[in-house]
Amino acid sequence: MTTSDEQPTPTAASASTLAAESASGDEARPGVSRRALLGGAGVAAGAAALAGSGGFALGQRTASPLQHRLYDFHGAHQSGIVTPQQDRLHFAAFDVTTDDRDSLIALLRRWSVAAATLMAGSELGGGAAGGSQLAPPDDTGEALDLPASGLTITFGFGPGLFESDGKDRFGLRASRPTQLIDLPHFSGDTLDQAFTGGDLCVQACADDPQVAVHAIRNLARIAFGDAAVKWTQLGFGRTSSTTRAQATPRNFMGFKDGTRNLKAEDADLVDRWVWSANADGQSWMNGGTYLVARRIRILAEIWDRTSLGEQEALVGRTKGSGAPLSGGSEFTEPDFTRAGSDGSRLVAADSHVAIAHPDHNGGAMMMRRGYNFTDGADALGRLDAGLFFLAFMRDPATQFVPLQQKMSRSDAMTVEYLRTTGSAVFAVPPGVPKGTALGPDGGFIGQTLFA
Amino acid sequence: MNLRSALPWAAITASTLALSACVANTADAAGSIAVSSSDDACEVSTTETASGTVSFSVTNDGTDVTEFYLLAADGLRIISEVENIGPGLTRDLVVQIGPGDYYTACKPGMVGEGIQAPFTVTDSGADLGPTGERGDLLDQASTDYEAYVRDQVSILVAKTVEFVSAYTAGDDDAARSIYADARVHWERIEPVAEAFGDLDPSMDLREADLAVGEEWTGWHHMEKNLWPPAEGYALTEAERTALGDRLVADTTELAARVNAEDFSVEAFQIGNGAKELLDEVASGKITGEEEIWSGTDLWDFQANLDGALVAFEVLRPAADLTDPALGEEIDGRFAALQSLLSDHGSIEDGFSSYDELSDAEVIELARLVDALGESLSRLTATAVSA
Repeated sequence: MTTSDEQPTPTAASASTLAAESASGDEARPGVSRRALLGGAGVAAGAAALAGSGGFALGQRTASPLQHRLYDFHGAHQSGIVTPQQDRLHFAAFDVTTDDRDSLIALLRRWSVAAATLMAGSELGGGAAGGSQLAPPDDTGEALDLPASGLTITFGFGPGLFESDGKDRFGLRASRPTQLIDLPHFSGDTLDQAFTGGDLCVQACADDPQVAVHAIRNLARIAFGDAAVKWTQLGFGRTSSTTRAQATPRNFMGFKDGTRNLKAEDADLVDRWVWSANADGQSWMNGGTYLVARRIRILAEIWDRTSLGEQEALVGRTKGSGAPLSGGSEFTEPDFTRAGSDGSRLVAADSHVAIAHPDHNGGAMMMRRGYNFTDGADALGRLDAGLFFLAFMRDPATQFVPLQQKMSRSDAMTVEYLRTTGSAVFAVPPGVPKGTALGPDGGFIGQTLFA
Repeated sequence: MNLRSALPWAAITASTLALSACVANTADAAGSIAVSSSDDACEVSTTETASGTVSFSVTNDGTDVTEFYLLAADGLRIISEVENIGPGLTRDLVVQIGPGDYYTACKPGMVGEGIQAPFTVTDSGADLGPTGERGDLLDQASTDYEAYVRDQVSILVAKTVEFVSAYTAGDDDAARSIYADARVHWERIEPVAEAFGDLDPSMDLREADLAVGEEWTGWHHMEKNLWPPAEGYALTEAERTALGDRLVADTTELAARVNAEDFSVEAFQIGNGAKELLDEVASGKITGEEEIWSGTDLWDFQANLDGALVAFEVLRPAADLTDPALGEEIDGRFAALQSLLSDHGSIEDGFSSYDELSDAEVIELARLVDALGESLSRLTATAVSA
């Protein structure tokens, strides 16, 4: 869809799965059941404490092995980027409502503690059913008895954090990375301001929707007074694979999507195309990345009336196996020159595959991590559904914008059947290094920005 | 610096001591005294403990609802209690106690003297904190708040009579001009009025809240009559008189009840009332649902805020004993919300009609209401330190 499902096969032998995952800090561990960790030990010492009790709840519940996955909050990079993509999403964009820098930092500290606690599958604060009878519980409780479910929580900073209405609210203007651009208008954009922008974002992914929604609900509650929800998006099925072990999922158009997505195992390519580094100009972002979020509605009823032949021609792949129309299987490289009996190319030049293929875009790649969504029906009774496109990259201006410009102009599928209704860009800061204590004076997501 | 916020502070303070916290928690678990309350027994896992913070974990192993008390040496005065423990449930009672002789008591069925047993608290040397001072402050809070309620109700009675006189005399302009101003005194103390379960629906039911076949009385029926919808909506003179008389009678009854000898508002009711007033704003006023015909929601908004502020102020000295930062946070959030609301008018000079607010202005108000409501939700537990 928006950007390519076309990513070249890595030329260099990639690092082993294990090495790549260790480097990313995203190895899954068997989970424990959700319970209030003693004294909140899940926070600083949580990783070690949990590793010691790994497997505690395995086999005790009906949850699938996926739902017992558990990821570390700490690491060189934030979780939820190269982590094997979970099936469910709750994404929220926030407006920062305070103008006080210390309050903003305090919010990021509270969020960091809460994220580490939630990712460990623990209850927040005094728990959901403990504490004073006279006070509301610290945790809202709907994730009680559910395992961690592979929950990852990823935080991002929007342009408004650095400058808002010409004001340098938090003394951060000089630290705004040049990569954190305001996206240009793309042909066909019909943006709804209710799904556009935001000063902060939180991406919660899990293999259980209730766990993802619980995370956003509680983080929004923690933020009251300092930040308020601007818009949110639920996603119910992944539309990308971020590791080789995962099968390629299908998007709402019924086609396999993200066949050639960047994969976590390709450490060299991930370094090149995802992680910000010294050369990028703002050292506080080293180990961070940039997130482009786009809410792309599919005109489903119209697409569904399109013949199979035309659908396949528009995509450039078969609907069943996902093989390019030039032949082979899903992972065969498309041959853009091969012609059919009438002399026309099998993979048309204005097909999605041809437009979006990295070979036709200077080799540019990104880590796509999108989700199918539906928000019910519109006023005309039509399905309000599509792709919530999420992609992490080192530089949106060179990796996303040219491709999107090309697609919104020339990609017949995009032009005729897709409408982008929401859009936002965020700088995703690096992770909190392993061993960092969290708390009122401790480390937090974005600490390098405020150093 | 706004160091305090919604939930995670307990987790955060504990987390800096992650390792020692595990140890402390083990000690805690050992220190929690198990109580089994059955139909004919009250088994307490120990008859002696050290002074300081003592926690009882009371399980109802009986078949009827039970209560558990910690009583003074005379076996009569209640030190602390936990009520309404249903069969099979466990409730915690956490209490700060000094050295001395006490009694524990279970009261299955919640009647009689209960099943008592002596309980001894030895001197641990632990500082118990300002228990006595807090008790005095909470008593003072109740006294002050009860006086506020009585004062508001007396003004409400006078203005209601004035309003009803104009209304039943057919002077609609006068009635419309008094309506919002009179209701201010109701909205300021609404949670207290709500506690009298029969008066609130009779006086303040909205049309949308009516059950099928239910008679619609009170302020909002007259509101709809005074600000009729586009399609005609009229009442006869007799209907008007009946509505007016009923409202005056109900308001007079309310005044009698809050001036009765046995009227009292406990500290926890004051704190919960403050939170409920903000809930009222969040669910009714900020959505324009309360005054759907007159559009006078911002008067009610201001009145709810006034009432919540008084409740906060009377409890603040006690809350400050536990956590002065919470008081500062609530104070700041009241000020921010009041400042924004004042942009739209005042009770003295009148407010904008709800219809005149833009979507953006409603969102701005709603965000500050949510922020204040979240902070206020922690006031009760902080003030009574339970």
